[in-house]
Amino acid sequence: MSILVGSYTRLLVQGITGKEGSFQTRRCIEYGTKVVAGVTPGRGGEEAEGVPVFDTVAEAVAKTDANCALIFVPAPFAADAVLEAAYAEMPVIICITEGVPTMDMVRVRRFLKGSDLTVIGPNCPGVITPGEARVGIMPGNVFSKGKVGVISRSGTLVYEAVAQLTERGVGQSTCVGVGGDPVIGTTQVQALRMFNEDPGTEAVVLIGEIGGVAEQQSAAYIASEMRKPVVAFIAGATAPPGRRMGHAGAIIVGAAGTASAKKEALRAAGATIVDSPAEIGAVTAGLVGARP
Amino acid sequence: MRFYEFECKLLLAKMGVPLPHGGTASTPEQARQLATELNAPVVLKSQVLSGGRMKAGGVKFADTPEEATNAAAEILKLPIRDQLPVCVSVEAKAAVAKEYYLGVTYDALAKKPVMIFSDMGGIDIEQVAEEHPDHIATQHFSTLVPYTDFRAKELIASLGITGGELTALTGIATRLVRLFQQYDMTLAEINPLGKLEDGSFVVLDCHLDMEDEARERHQAVLDALGISPDETRQGRPPTDFEIRGAQVDAVDHRGVAGRVVEFDGNLGLVIGAGGGSLTIFDAVQKYGGKPANYCEIGGNPSVNKAMELTKLILSKPGVEKIAVIMNVVSNTRADIVARGVIKGVVESGHHPAEKISIFRIPGSWEADAFKILGKYGVEYCDRSVSMSEAARRAVEKTGA
Repeated sequence: MSILVGSYTRLLVQGITGKEGSFQTRRCIEYGTKVVAGVTPGRGGEEAEGVPVFDTVAEAVAKTDANCALIFVPAPFAADAVLEAAYAEMPVIICITEGVPTMDMVRVRRFLKGSDLTVIGPNCPGVITPGEARVGIMPGNVFSKGKVGVISRSGTLVYEAVAQLTERGVGQSTCVGVGGDPVIGTTQVQALRMFNEDPGTEAVVLIGEIGGVAEQQSAAYIASEMRKPVVAFIAGATAPPGRRMGHAGAIIVGAAGTASAKKEALRAAGATIVDSPAEIGAVTAGLVGARP
Repeated sequence: MRFYEFECKLLLAKMGVPLPHGGTASTPEQARQLATELNAPVVLKSQVLSGGRMKAGGVKFADTPEEATNAAAEILKLPIRDQLPVCVSVEAKAAVAKEYYLGVTYDALAKKPVMIFSDMGGIDIEQVAEEHPDHIATQHFSTLVPYTDFRAKELIASLGITGGELTALTGIATRLVRLFQQYDMTLAEINPLGKLEDGSFVVLDCHLDMEDEARERHQAVLDALGISPDETRQGRPPTDFEIRGAQVDAVDHRGVAGRVVEFDGNLGLVIGAGGGSLTIFDAVQKYGGKPANYCEIGGNPSVNKAMELTKLILSKPGVEKIAVIMNVVSNTRADIVARGVIKGVVESGHHPAEKISIFRIPGSWEADAFKILGKYGVEYCDRSVSMSEAARRAVEKTGA
């Protein structure tokens, strides 16, 4: 089992004719993802990467039964692309684009309130269910099929952590990059809940970083509802306050944003804290191995 | 409130919609200068507040600055539906390959704004709607979520348009909706929107109507266009009497005493409110009376407003008497109107009992009103006398 994407995924790529879009679409297809449609306004009727291109998401969905959207549209137009997919009622919408204005994302979240559609990202590496579907930009070869769910704000740290897990023979159910922006479609808590309810997931690796209070919210969820072990790593222990470090959301404002505050909250909630990504593999292997 | 075409184009330019090169001329000489600067064949268009300019001879083409000068001279003195143009526009003539229609307005049935698109634009758009419904696409949209590109794209693509045409039209349509929403328009229309031989798009003609009730919110934009609050932009320009009526209503924000329309009769009307005014106006004419004006009072106007309105009406040459009639009032106070009207008559140098043919405002504070009226010997009545009967008595006293 898995969450969000799998062998059932019929992928539609928005921005498929762009440089990044076409390259990553090719990689998704190579991984075995079922890509059924592309959308680029004005390019309807063409083909890209062997996939039919449509002018609108609505038309693409009507003609191909796509059920998941992957977005590579440039930042100024990305939120509109998410809205277009949402309007066409795509159940899962994954936005890779970095640099989407916060105001745009607030509008998207408001629009989605009360709907059962899931938006992942923006500014994220996407979602992968090893052996089934790669919907994003992750390097497919580091992943292996298994029972550990991975949630990360950072893209590259997922690859690092997963490489460690795979090395130790610990496979993954699904890996979700929720994104590094302050306002994202799916929060850590929402991703934790999905893994908590997924019978194919036995443990979760949570990779957080400085800034915001998402990890504290995760800690509260873990303490009250999480039935599966969580291993957590927080990046940015030595970051100075007030400076944006990497991601737009990675800026310490107030005491809650610091790595130590986040670690403390997660530890108190019962998560196992590791201080280096190198330990993620060993610690998780120990936890999962300890379970029958 | 309707905008002149050149004003519409200034507003569209603010939104980034592509327009032809050119400007406006108030004299033939200015038209010559513009044509010389453009250094190309030009189209000259009469700037009046009505459609049908082409058929009325208000649109002319000119290949040289001399021709443009003559064409401007002719257009500037040609009235269209009794209106002389405020100026003439002079624009480079575009090599149009195809014409489109884009319009935004309210759908009163659905109670939502609606976007309309056609790939058969031009002066016969109504006919297209009837004969080629498959060439017209419509789309309702929400005012809660900002209108964005993908919605416009869906509308335009629904007529089978793709390629560069789709992306160019999408941008223009989205901007037109933004303009509609941003400036409280009741109609925002680009027709025709021309696709030129080189594939680019340009607005050939357009029509914008701003909701009168929202004008105050857009004072800065209207100021920038040089449109004063006095300009009603109705079918005919307002008379001085009507302009002064609007000024009366602007004295303060308490209630309404205005919406004055001028007529030629001898019976001045101080009447209210909306439906009441219409009914009373009808009744006066039914009994052979000749109204000097239409007006509306309501919403409990101040003594001052009622007085100024009365003075204005009495100042009109030929007004022999006034009739003060309203339906049963609730929030408007009969005594306040009575005081205002009497004060207005007295300050105009007349005797209330002579000038006021009848006072029929039943309802709130009527006892106080009747006391005041009685003091001045003015004929008044309560709700036992119908509006129609009150009108009849006023006509009888005034004479036709």
